[in-house]
Amino acid sequence: MSSSARSSRKKPKVGLFVTCLIDAMRPSAGMAALRLLEAAGCEVIVPESQSCCGQPAWNSGDKAAARAVAIPYLDSFDDCDYVVVPSGSCAGMLAHHLVELFEDAPDLRHRQQALAIAAKSHELTSFLVDVLGVTSVPGQIKGRVAYHDSCSSLREMKVKDQPRQLLKSAGAQVVDLDQADTCCGFGGTFSVKYGDISGAMVDSKAQDVEAQHPDLLVAGDMGCLMNIAGRLSRRGSLIAVRHVAEVLAGEMTAPPIGAGSTDSDTNGSDKK
Amino acid sequence: MEVSSQKFNDHVHQAVDDANLKGAMGKLTGALRPNRARAVAGLPEFDDYRDHGIAIKMHTLDHIDRYLEEFETNVVANGGHVHWCADEDSARETILGLCRQYDVKTVTKGKSMVTEELGLNAFLDQHGILPLETDLGEYIIQLRGESPSHIIAPATHLQRHDIAQTFRDAHDHLDPNRPMDTAESLTEEARQELREKYGAADAGITGANFMIAETGSTIIVTNEGNGDLTQTLAKTHIVVASMEKILPTMDDAGVMLRLLARSATGQDMSVYTTLSSGPRRPGDLDGPDSFHVVIVDNGRSTMLAGSEREMLRCLRCSACLNHCPVYASIGGHAYGWVYSGPMGKVLTPSLVGLEQTKDLPNASTFCGKCQEVCPMRIPLPKLMRNLRAKQTEQKITPLKQRVLLALWSSLASRPRFYRFVTGMMTGALARMAGPKRVFTWLPFLGDWVQSRDFVAPEGGSFFDRYRASSSPSSSKGEAHD
Repeated sequence: MSSSARSSRKKPKVGLFVTCLIDAMRPSAGMAALRLLEAAGCEVIVPESQSCCGQPAWNSGDKAAARAVAIPYLDSFDDCDYVVVPSGSCAGMLAHHLVELFEDAPDLRHRQQALAIAAKSHELTSFLVDVLGVTSVPGQIKGRVAYHDSCSSLREMKVKDQPRQLLKSAGAQVVDLDQADTCCGFGGTFSVKYGDISGAMVDSKAQDVEAQHPDLLVAGDMGCLMNIAGRLSRRGSLIAVRHVAEVLAGEMTAPPIGAGSTDSDTNGSDKK
Repeated sequence: MEVSSQKFNDHVHQAVDDANLKGAMGKLTGALRPNRARAVAGLPEFDDYRDHGIAIKMHTLDHIDRYLEEFETNVVANGGHVHWCADEDSARETILGLCRQYDVKTVTKGKSMVTEELGLNAFLDQHGILPLETDLGEYIIQLRGESPSHIIAPATHLQRHDIAQTFRDAHDHLDPNRPMDTAESLTEEARQELREKYGAADAGITGANFMIAETGSTIIVTNEGNGDLTQTLAKTHIVVASMEKILPTMDDAGVMLRLLARSATGQDMSVYTTLSSGPRRPGDLDGPDSFHVVIVDNGRSTMLAGSEREMLRCLRCSACLNHCPVYASIGGHAYGWVYSGPMGKVLTPSLVGLEQTKDLPNASTFCGKCQEVCPMRIPLPKLMRNLRAKQTEQKITPLKQRVLLALWSSLASRPRFYRFVTGMMTGALARMAGPKRVFTWLPFLGDWVQSRDFVAPEGGSFFDRYRASSSPSSSKGEAHD
């Protein structure tokens, strides 16, 4: 890490937006994101006023509910240079949808705060590469690693090469999925409202993953990861699944997501 | 056409278990998507054409009254007639009236989605007029008594063996042992059957991809030439077009045609681009004796003034269908009306109302692929989200969903309390899952676990760990650098 070159300058102050799924489901990924940012020379704060970005309500067409969830964190990043999100989907909410959510808010401050957050929000790997110019990471990984592009990362946050570059710098042999730009079928509440369609989509994705015979599947979004890991587990696949931050930070002590684990034979034998 | 979008979930349930449909949908990933990608890559200025095309459409929609009137003036000057129809009833009656005026018993039809809106074939049939579809895909589904499952390839839901069986049943005058195992043999058979019927038709009904104001021409694009035969061999040519197909000039059509074929089938140009500019003139070698254009509103004027206005830019290319993972999983019939895929999810509720079409705008992951490939860059996810917001406003959204969202929102708007509650839940789940770390069944998550395991939470929350690591004893800051 080129932190020595940066040490003379003031450390960039980063507010970490943890995301509700990481907070509840995969704290390791959040800790890994924190370590990555600190290793890249950032001063990181994690405001306690955050729960969820509000996307489930926003995408359900319930503006009032989405605003209620977003308001507590609107002023929490005022003194940060950047807001960094270990999720393309939640980053997309902050960077692209928050402004629209508050554009006709009765409180003018909310509109301004939404604009301010939008202007400084980044997806984690894109922040490391595009903003900080990071070329090496603490983590080391061997073997075939498939990176799954979440739709919001790919299309809203323009994240494609950044995580792949970082994975390669960690030693991974990055393999691409045949249908890399096709949705895995998560879609938030879609996955439970339209289980039939979501199930068909994630099965296609799981087959696409298996066809590449990766040792590890990583992605930058917990929603996709829970979805694909769940399907791989149901299919009896042994491909391990992790958040990309865990691999890049070298924080791999937690077992992989779901039971598709290769970390020990005993855990592997728990599989159906 | 009758709306059955209310039964979306039943349709979906059948579709996802339909192995034959799944096989048929393979042509999306196997051909349509790579073909478009190749065609777009072959025209480096494709995105400039898109910008230009969008500008043309926005301008045209802003001045649509003027251009439609100019079109009418020029059609009349060419010796044709224009009929204005506010809704589907008036359009059907107008077309029936024309058929009676010219004593029409049989009509040949080129592919037209707006006539599907009108349910025209069934209507003509009821009134003793025999409609015969001439587009190969339309011909196949007409024989099967089905509706189109795709806006440009109506028989997309079928595989070759389905079509062979359909022809075997319908063409029972042919040798039952004839070879029918190639696309060529099936196409040739349909061609022979249809050729005999063009000449016998009293009227030809086509749609229009574009109406050109400055010349009073209508344009259709086909790959089979069936449109040409339909409209030139019959004595009467009736064009049925929805009002937003209007373009100011022939140059504008040039821009749109470049976008259309590449986005649709991945061709540089469709095989036939056919202009119709009025009836046969003295000295013309062929053409109809009379030429009528039926311009259909059927809800477009309301869209023009509403939040779905951008949907009126649609060229009906089908790129959004072809690239949609939801469409690929369920096929076109599941959508329950004329239009399917992402464009159908916006257009159908806009035209037939929100009540009957509740699921359409909701059954999307908002993956954004549709907007990415749309030549008109229609923000389909945004328009679907607008429709969801309208459902919320009008309390069309199911009560269960509204209650759950309200509960969640009231919880998540109090972050500390929220974490207390989620912490208890995830802690319990992590303990329950034990070393398996997944659930194969959970109450309230039936739709998730029917097809995939539910991953157990890792245990503890991020904020627990963060607080522990940043407490004074762990010397946060320096230690992490």
